Amino acid sequence: MATMTIRDALNQALREELIRDENVFIMGEEVAEYDGAYKVTRGLWKEFGDKRVVDAPITELGFAGLGVGAAMAGLRPVIEFMTWNFSILAADQIINHAAKMLYMSGGEFNIPIVFRGPNGSAYQVSSQHSQALEAMYANFPGLKVVMPSNAADAKGLLKSAIRDDNPVIFMEQERMYGMKAEVPEDEDFTIPLGVADVKREGTDCTIVARSMTVPMALEAAEKIKEQFDVSVEVVDPRTIKPLDIDTIANSVRKTNRLVIVEESHSFASVGAEISHQIMDSAFDYLDAPIKRISTEETPMPYAKNLEALALPSVDKIIAAVKEVCYL
Amino acid sequence: MPKAATSRKPEKRANLSSPKTTKKAAPKPEKVDSSTFLDVEEAIREYEDRKASQLKAIKKVDKETLREMLYQMVLGRHFEEKCAEVYRMGKIGGFCHLYIGQEAIAIGTMLSLNKDDMVITSYRDHVQAMVKGLSPESVMAELYGREGGCVKGKGGSMHMFSKEHHFYGGHGIVGGQIGVGTGMAYAAKYKRTGQVVLCFFGEAAVNQGIFHESLNMAELWGLPVIYICENNRYGMGTSQKRAMSARSIAKKAESYEMANEFVDGMDVMAVRGATRRAVERARNESKPTLLEIRAYRYMGHSMSDPGNYRTREEILKYQERDPIILFKDSLKEAKVLNEKDFDEIEQRAVEATASALKFADESPYPSESELLTDVLA
Repeated sequence: MATMTIRDALNQALREELIRDENVFIMGEEVAEYDGAYKVTRGLWKEFGDKRVVDAPITELGFAGLGVGAAMAGLRPVIEFMTWNFSILAADQIINHAAKMLYMSGGEFNIPIVFRGPNGSAYQVSSQHSQALEAMYANFPGLKVVMPSNAADAKGLLKSAIRDDNPVIFMEQERMYGMKAEVPEDEDFTIPLGVADVKREGTDCTIVARSMTVPMALEAAEKIKEQFDVSVEVVDPRTIKPLDIDTIANSVRKTNRLVIVEESHSFASVGAEISHQIMDSAFDYLDAPIKRISTEETPMPYAKNLEALALPSVDKIIAAVKEVCYL
Repeated sequence: MPKAATSRKPEKRANLSSPKTTKKAAPKPEKVDSSTFLDVEEAIREYEDRKASQLKAIKKVDKETLREMLYQMVLGRHFEEKCAEVYRMGKIGGFCHLYIGQEAIAIGTMLSLNKDDMVITSYRDHVQAMVKGLSPESVMAELYGREGGCVKGKGGSMHMFSKEHHFYGGHGIVGGQIGVGTGMAYAAKYKRTGQVVLCFFGEAAVNQGIFHESLNMAELWGLPVIYICENNRYGMGTSQKRAMSARSIAKKAESYEMANEFVDGMDVMAVRGATRRAVERARNESKPTLLEIRAYRYMGHSMSDPGNYRTREEILKYQERDPIILFKDSLKEAKVLNEKDFDEIEQRAVEATASALKFADESPYPSESELLTDVLA
């Protein structure tokens, strides 16, 4: 085990997979000579050269399409979006082409591709650079959606995503790149897609959180333990699609209460989906209505105080847990 | 039309008689150039001129290949006419975009490829799929939405695919396949396979961002791809004149310093010649080319298109410069075939289409368990 940042864990995963399979290549804006806009690809161009690590023009639809075609013809592209906000320009290639190719070709052409980059808010970057888009991509059959919340998960999940034979939407979080954790150094360390992880065990209330809201939920759980002696379990699905609803439902059957925390907007969100699936599978176990904390239904404001107000927070999570526990 | 030299009951056939107008002395046509929109009168005047150049090109190609080219064109025509017929009977559902009038493009381009060269196209894909090697049976069964279809009834008219034949589809979003085709060429170069990519699209796709984004990357990175714009003059019901500020599509390549050529899509030999030059450039120099091949779509955009945006007269005049009739006349004049040979070719096409229809009719619907397969690999 080594302690490293999420940024370095992702970098290590990319490096190991570049070494492992010569059909893997990385393409995106500023990924090569610039070392990556957020330094996730630092050093890779120097080590692997122009063929394997490729600076693309600012042409998201174009290089997403190029990735889809390259995957169809036998390569395993890792396409970096400088942020997922820009993937909206490439949505036609991701949704209409990558997601549907296997099905509409009757199983002839699978698309082994990873689209990755930071998702959600950063630090005061305002409306067009602060969107959490997982619900949009998770809505389409044919895509897998992955959102790690710590360095070990980031590495293990990214390696699995690159080895997966399907298009994988891999969503990181800019605010989290510097967060450190223990990471196994074994080159064959992977974490299977579609398996949730209980980040903290508890008995009285379940919080389902993902990406940036996991550390928030863990902090809230600590405080609630101290202040109210309530034991909170934190479940991180890690993969949004396929969703490991069983792990979440088992937790709810134990705690009888559920709070869902997410950085995306609430309308038609992944939290809404989890809420529905829990109603389907664990309705009789619920002792309180499910509560959701999401980003406010507004484009992201720039002003620091307004931005903080729009986003989920530890305090909002504590308030929600109190509500479902009738405290 | 002479009767087929067989006892089989002849099917209703396309009108492939030579035009009477071709015997007239035609005034010297102006040079065909993509910078002007060709009007109908000019198009007809071109006929004799085109035939002269076609005759020259024919001499350099073996008879077997020439006959096969004609057969594929006639098959494409019969197949698509049957599609229209069975569509009207309700046997084909959804969208159905026919290729009638554009046959010289698929045949002229694809018959000079290596077997493992890759092809990708738009939703107007039935004929391209067959020329690339998919059986008429598997294409028709796909149109019928049956288990025997090339993609098991999951794609339909717009989504023919075959890995075996290196046919990468059949894509439904205008221009989307231009990005994908660029990536296929990227993979060929990356893996040094020596394959080239033919990437087809209509002229309306040229207004999409993906066209420009792809051409830029292809030239920048030297990708072995031939972009083939099948300019059939209409993006659905909107003529090129009403949709594009620039007249020449071929010249758009110059913005990317890419090789380009304007090609007469009524002349299968001209299409063949231009494609072979581009394929050579792609294979030997790893450089892309944009070909603008001008054709004319006789039918509506899809089967549901009433065609109110153009006159019957316009279509009829174009039909007088039909690429199949021209090629047949040239081959006869070059003594590559006679009328009897042509009858045999037609009969083969009629039989292949009949066999495809029979296969499709008899193929079962996909099993209900297929609904949920092939979502993820």
